[in-house]
Amino acid sequence: MSSTTTTHDAHGHDDHGHPTGLMRWVKSTNHKDIGTMYLWFSFTMFLFAGALAMGIRAELFQPGLQFIKPEVFNQLTTLHGLIMIFGAIMPAFVGFANWQVPLMIGAPDMAFPRLNNMSFWLLIPAAILLLASFFVPGGAAAGGWTMYPPLSVQGGMSVDMSIFALHILGVSSIVGSINIITTIFNMRAPGMTLMKMPMFVWTWLITAYLLIAAMPVLAGALTMLITDRHFGTHFFNAAGGGDPVLFQHVFWFFGHPEVYIMILPAFGILSTIIPTFARKPLFGYASMVYATAAIAVLSFVVWAHHMFTTGMPVAGQLFFMYSTMLISVPTGVKVFNWLATMWKGSMTFETPMLFSVAVVFLFTIGGFSGLVCAILPVDIQLQDTYYVVAHFHYVLFSGAAMSIMGGVYYWIPKWTGHMYDETLGKWHFWLTTIAFNVTFFPMHFTGLAGMPRRIPDYSQQFAEFNMISSLGAFALGLSQLLFLYVVIKCIRGGAKATNQVWDGAQGLEWTVASPAPFHTFETPPQVK
Amino acid sequence: MIPEKPLIDLEVKQSRNQSSANGKLAWRLSLIVLAGLIFGFAIAPIYDVMCKRFGLNGRADSVATNFDKSIKIDKTRWVTVNFTGNTMPGLAWSFAPKTISMRVHPGEISLTSYTARNNANNSVLGVAVPSVTPEIAMLSFKKIECFCFKQQTLRAGETREMPVMFYVKPDLPKDINELTLSYAFFNGLPSADKAGLQASALRALN
Repeated sequence: MSSTTTTHDAHGHDDHGHPTGLMRWVKSTNHKDIGTMYLWFSFTMFLFAGALAMGIRAELFQPGLQFIKPEVFNQLTTLHGLIMIFGAIMPAFVGFANWQVPLMIGAPDMAFPRLNNMSFWLLIPAAILLLASFFVPGGAAAGGWTMYPPLSVQGGMSVDMSIFALHILGVSSIVGSINIITTIFNMRAPGMTLMKMPMFVWTWLITAYLLIAAMPVLAGALTMLITDRHFGTHFFNAAGGGDPVLFQHVFWFFGHPEVYIMILPAFGILSTIIPTFARKPLFGYASMVYATAAIAVLSFVVWAHHMFTTGMPVAGQLFFMYSTMLISVPTGVKVFNWLATMWKGSMTFETPMLFSVAVVFLFTIGGFSGLVCAILPVDIQLQDTYYVVAHFHYVLFSGAAMSIMGGVYYWIPKWTGHMYDETLGKWHFWLTTIAFNVTFFPMHFTGLAGMPRRIPDYSQQFAEFNMISSLGAFALGLSQLLFLYVVIKCIRGGAKATNQVWDGAQGLEWTVASPAPFHTFETPPQVK
Repeated sequence: MIPEKPLIDLEVKQSRNQSSANGKLAWRLSLIVLAGLIFGFAIAPIYDVMCKRFGLNGRADSVATNFDKSIKIDKTRWVTVNFTGNTMPGLAWSFAPKTISMRVHPGEISLTSYTARNNANNSVLGVAVPSVTPEIAMLSFKKIECFCFKQQTLRAGETREMPVMFYVKPDLPKDINELTLSYAFFNGLPSADKAGLQASALRALN
């Protein structure tokens, strides 16, 4: 008796029953509850930023201006980008990390449960600032999610709100990442060496390092923007001896690692799902780890490929072109490893596997179009056209977002204790995949033909392809409501999930009950 | 009950060790965050140095150079220098080169000028930012005197001739025989004024 009391005091939290009501969530230090909140936050932001995209596609349905004024159109594209990246994709991955990392490494919780609570609740004021910026004089920030000066120096108070929101989100990400790294290094179950960790944990470990190295650089860029706007410095003002191109260097020094921050955890999810449904261990585990690390290191030396046309010496352009192309080597290692994992496996195609196979295929298309953009003379033609829009939606929607959906289907039986509706899940998959391709594949053609991005109107010649893209986009948007329905249905009931859930699933998370109890692994499991 | 005691101590000790190890690692990781933050700001001066060194984005171009007497005029070679200039939004000036184009020998000192007129009803501060294309020529294009070295103030309606004294160094790459000097005239910022005021206030204090 005295033994349990002392131990619990030392752990700093009580487990005398289950906290209930609103305060369960507000004051939660439980990694599962915080993970759930992250995922719901992300889903809400995903639907909101998706609604902004619907506005964009409605305007682009036909040439000419129909529904939306040009300045509002610019606000929609800017906030769609900002919210999808910082509000939807990144928090979704942090939600997965919260739920899965402690379960996968056999830890009772995250290393710093209270900081974990803070990381989540910082998201709320940031989201409010971003959403409220639509209602201030002048409307939301309209200079693009990259916030290049001089537009971002000239913009109204909504730019300040966006900058402040990003500062808050940055603090949240940094604190969250320190928490994740500490959890992974210090709280693994006895016997789980680094090279025995599940691939998802590895990808998050490396992502967390990228975050703590890259987010402060963004904070630097944003702070310089603030002082330029309000305190009379001229970092980015040519009249005062500054240079707007400097901002692009600082921003993309953060921005390119950010790209991998949004895709490496997706790679981790794929590397978990594919072996399960191929019923074979992941092919080339060690090479996967090294490839992930290689991508992370290379991500810091490729930033200027985002700014080939800003006036760089040819030697610089060539360096960034070759270093960018080099990234396709470790990425290729990963793609081939997934294919080899599937090779001659006893594959079944449940919804998570459908999403994973589609991601491998579609992400590779996005990877190849990225390689096309990396070729210097081609990029000079393609930069700021719809080809680039097609490229980054293939990597961010069919790479990151669809992996997140696959991951939700894969782990939701463990989270809720119920199986989701497989038929509806498959409907969601096929609707999403087909609608996604109908939306974004034609953009390769409009881009090659020279249609500029971030413009509310276009020349007649692009009319047909834009109409197809818009129809696809509306279908894509509506299909996500089906996803919402499937998730809610699964939470409310459904066939009882077994502890193992998937017969090919490996790992500690499948040894605990479904739904996962409020406290797990209070005595660490032994890993052989 | 007695043999249980050491067990408790052990558990407490272990969990204390755990949390102090966690804390230590977290502080070490925040050093990476600090390094990232410092580097983010350090990019600004690094960028400045790189631009001056490699002649990018006008940075090598806004300082006066003394003519190097040892430079010989290369009479065998002609270089065409074109002049252009424009005003940026927010500056109600007319601004144009008096000569559009000149043929010069490398190593030869030449003089040309621009004309600026203030169309506003009050006196206005302007700052000219030069640039040379092709960019690679920037390191070989030297200005001895230029209106871009300091801010220019024009009274309401005032017109001023603004001279540029320059030479092209003979090390200009052989395949370049034409280059363009361009100026963008910006409105001198109120904040630039403020910075100037602060500087003079500091000088007064010392």
